[in-house]
Amino acid sequence: MTESPVTETFETETPVARSPLSGSPVVFPQDRACPYAPPPGYEPLRASGRPVSRVEIYDGSEVWMVSGLAEARALLADQRLSSDRSRPEFPVFQRRLEKVERRRVELLGVDDPEHNVQRRKLIPGFTLKRTAALRPAIQETVDRLLDEMVERGAPADLVSAFALPVPSMVICALLGVPYADHDFFEEQSRKLLRGPEQEDVETARDALDAYIGDLVERKQAGAQGLPVGLLDDMIDVFEDREELVNLAEILLIAGHETTANMIALGTFTLLEHPEQLARFRAADDAGVVAACEELLRYLSIADGMARLATEDIEIAGVTIRAGETVVLATSLINRDPATFEAPDALDVERRERHLAFGFGIHQCLGQNLARAEMEIALGTLFRRLPGLRLAVPAAEVPHKPGDTIQGLFELPVTW
Amino acid sequence: MDIGINKDVCIGAGQCALLAPRVFTQDDEGLSELAEDWEQAAAGPGAPVREAARACPVGAISVTDVRSAS
Repeated sequence: MTESPVTETFETETPVARSPLSGSPVVFPQDRACPYAPPPGYEPLRASGRPVSRVEIYDGSEVWMVSGLAEARALLADQRLSSDRSRPEFPVFQRRLEKVERRRVELLGVDDPEHNVQRRKLIPGFTLKRTAALRPAIQETVDRLLDEMVERGAPADLVSAFALPVPSMVICALLGVPYADHDFFEEQSRKLLRGPEQEDVETARDALDAYIGDLVERKQAGAQGLPVGLLDDMIDVFEDREELVNLAEILLIAGHETTANMIALGTFTLLEHPEQLARFRAADDAGVVAACEELLRYLSIADGMARLATEDIEIAGVTIRAGETVVLATSLINRDPATFEAPDALDVERRERHLAFGFGIHQCLGQNLARAEMEIALGTLFRRLPGLRLAVPAAEVPHKPGDTIQGLFELPVTW
Repeated sequence: MDIGINKDVCIGAGQCALLAPRVFTQDDEGLSELAEDWEQAAAGPGAPVREAARACPVGAISVTDVRSAS
């Protein structure tokens, strides 16, 4: 990486990264302009050649933002960075979360050794073998939803007809949560993740607590007619009621919201890259696997993982001080020119490892389930509907704001 | 080739078994372990053992080339 003399002099001061045109500070988070590309406003970070820079957040304070893959790997594996969201100094990046009462977030918001105890109780439910055993049921769900969508006729909104119900049904079956309640928990998840108001976040949190709490009680009371799944096992191994309820909520939300975004945005991205789509259609099973990995890299929908330094950390010529915040910008990390050749090009035959599922102890618990769902959903969709195309101009497809999981609100398609 | 797996730090992400399924597998607890006949598989051309080790999010896998004793 070449560094200009100007960069060298700045190195000791580590000023906030600025746009070369306007001179204004780079702010995190920003909305994407194109739903599958990093916000153009992050470009000065990559252009600077510095893998770790300072940026501004909504209240004008500064945080460290990591855009280099090697540095991200090192930092995410570094236990001097905390994920403990109950710490009062743990950063928030959205004004709507500023006054929301800090509560413990199990698993993803807990450090080792406590985190390790929780994770070890959960991993038997997410092994490659368990995930492989779910494939026939996922295929059946995908086939049925596509049958129903075709039956209703074109055009259709692929998000509500397919991309959201696939993972929602799968996580319900896996956990043993009644899918009949999906409108409720999907709506609450939306409010929890996107507000827009502070009250939305708080009421959604309470509503989900009450819902899962009630479901656990019914299961414990031996209620008839409830689906049986991982939640039933969790009831046996997690004695603390609050911990159990919060963990179940996290699995339910993480299990449907993220994968739904990958299926919808993945479809859109392939439709916008016809040459790559042709390769995807011609691919064998291994080719579909590789293509889904590339979509995970290219789309980087969980764009902005946060950590809090508990000690001083030296990295890439800067010192992150104890108490300072670090944001890992996945969309930049996964397009780091120091790691990836032609990083901005979608190449479904690329076989390079990315950090879309994170790294370190918190790497996504459900990643192999997500892979199975993506492979089956996208593979079947394009095989079943060879004429699939957008029903509106690409620029009119609405995408999510930068301060949450990235994805599409709607995807109008015809075939 | 020697392969060491530190089960104390393994988080069951399954990256090793995903990338090199004939060399690594997961036990009933979801933790990484060497597959049956792993030595034969690891010795094969292009077995992605080092790639699997590098993909481990917690650095639980160590690979030593016995001949060159690196």
